[in-house]
Amino acid sequence: MTAKSYAYYPGCSLQHHNAAYAVSTEAVARALGFELAEIDDWNCCGATEYFSVNRLPAYSLVARNLARAADSGATEIVVPCSACFLNLHKTDKHMKLYPELGKKVNTALAAGHLHYEPGTIQVRHLLEMFVNDIGLEKLKERARRPLYGLKLAAYYGCLVARPDAVFDSTEQPTAMDHLIEALGATAAPFALKTFCCGGHMTQISESTALEMLHKIVENAAEGGADAIVTLCPMCQLNLDVYQGYANKLFETDYEMPILFFTQAIGLALGLSPKELGFGQEFVDAMSVVRKIGEVPPPRAKPERRSKQALPMPVMPE
Amino acid sequence: MKEMTEPTFYDRVVDLTPGGEKLSLCLQCGTCGGSCPSGPDMDHTPRALFAMIKAGLDDDVLSSNTPWYCVSCYTCTTRCPQQIPITDIMYTLKEMAIQAGRYEHPHAAKFSETFIGLVEQRGRSFEIGLATRYHLFHHPQQMVKLGLMGMNMMRHNRLVLRPKSIREVDQLQAILAEAKALSAKESHV
Repeated sequence: MTAKSYAYYPGCSLQHHNAAYAVSTEAVARALGFELAEIDDWNCCGATEYFSVNRLPAYSLVARNLARAADSGATEIVVPCSACFLNLHKTDKHMKLYPELGKKVNTALAAGHLHYEPGTIQVRHLLEMFVNDIGLEKLKERARRPLYGLKLAAYYGCLVARPDAVFDSTEQPTAMDHLIEALGATAAPFALKTFCCGGHMTQISESTALEMLHKIVENAAEGGADAIVTLCPMCQLNLDVYQGYANKLFETDYEMPILFFTQAIGLALGLSPKELGFGQEFVDAMSVVRKIGEVPPPRAKPERRSKQALPMPVMPE
Repeated sequence: MKEMTEPTFYDRVVDLTPGGEKLSLCLQCGTCGGSCPSGPDMDHTPRALFAMIKAGLDDDVLSSNTPWYCVSCYTCTTRCPQQIPITDIMYTLKEMAIQAGRYEHPHAAKFSETFIGLVEQRGRSFEIGLATRYHLFHHPQQMVKLGLMGMNMMRHNRLVLRPKSIREVDQLQAILAEAKALSAKESHV
């Protein structure tokens, strides 16, 4: 049997400041026996910058990747970064939805001898691929070292949940919570799981960004989380690298490790922290590894009703 | 019979935004502003800005800091009961403000432009180039802090010192040049 191979769009962040996401993704792919084949000569998706300044070139920039992927015979591409995922998905969708726009983008592509027929490529986020193709049952089976005793907050951020609920709810996504539970850990209650990390605001108005990410870390800590698990390199960068600045500004002392979900999967599969790119994070994440228990924690007994409590109303038969 | 008139400011915003015609459906309910994580820092909530667009207050709209504080999180867009593509309208307003030379938040525009410049040059983004160019030119007083941050990033093995390039930069640049030419035609219509 040959291993399933996916066309893969890693994005710039994974090659630069968040190699840990790339390393852990590749390690987990090897362990689970599927292949990620990089799209030949892919280019930057423009992040949140290009679309806000020059719309048509922004669509064309993204469409070059879709066209090259389609030319290679791919019908789907897997994307680990939320911003890349949004831009690729949005370009494909808008080219189809607004034919006038689609025509203009193809006129631009023709200058580079390319053409893209919207709808050819299905753009998929890496998390969705794990949940739907690999499946939680298989991950549970393959978890040689389940993450017993860990309480993890599933942080989705913006661009996977919104604007299109491609594979989960926009307000209350649960895919990563279920994944965390399948790995043997407990999903922490986390009301701000889709609250924005601030994106590029750290560069533009730092106090705005620090307030946003402070709220997220605070909320995860209130839910008793040992770490936040994320699926986006920008979210990881902001929450991890700027956590110290936020602590200073708000006079707090949070030390909340920020992991990628692929690192959590890798740990459960029995891979070593080194193979999963641990050590790049600003807030030490080894504390999480050390906390993994040998046995599942005892199930909390449901609390008994107090004898002084008022009687419960009884429904008539 | 209706007379042919110059497109109004409102018409231009609608024309430049994919799905922009939904702007006419705004109920002024304020769900957008209430949902916005950076709303407290904005001069006007998106709702107020939309009323201003309809009232033809071009100058006030283009000089508002609101679009520049948009973090592209799309919370307003998904919650809008009328399905107005609010985030995309914010992008249109930024684009129009840059073209009119009327933006109140120069940092944000310069950050985007610096980022784009590097991508156009090599086809990939490059953090060191971005950080040094953007901060050096726009707030050099921050360079010490930035240097410390850079050293920390380096210590954690999170900075790539040499920019990466795609192989067929020519192809990308030809596509972008064509798109820009089309774009220029569009805004003159």
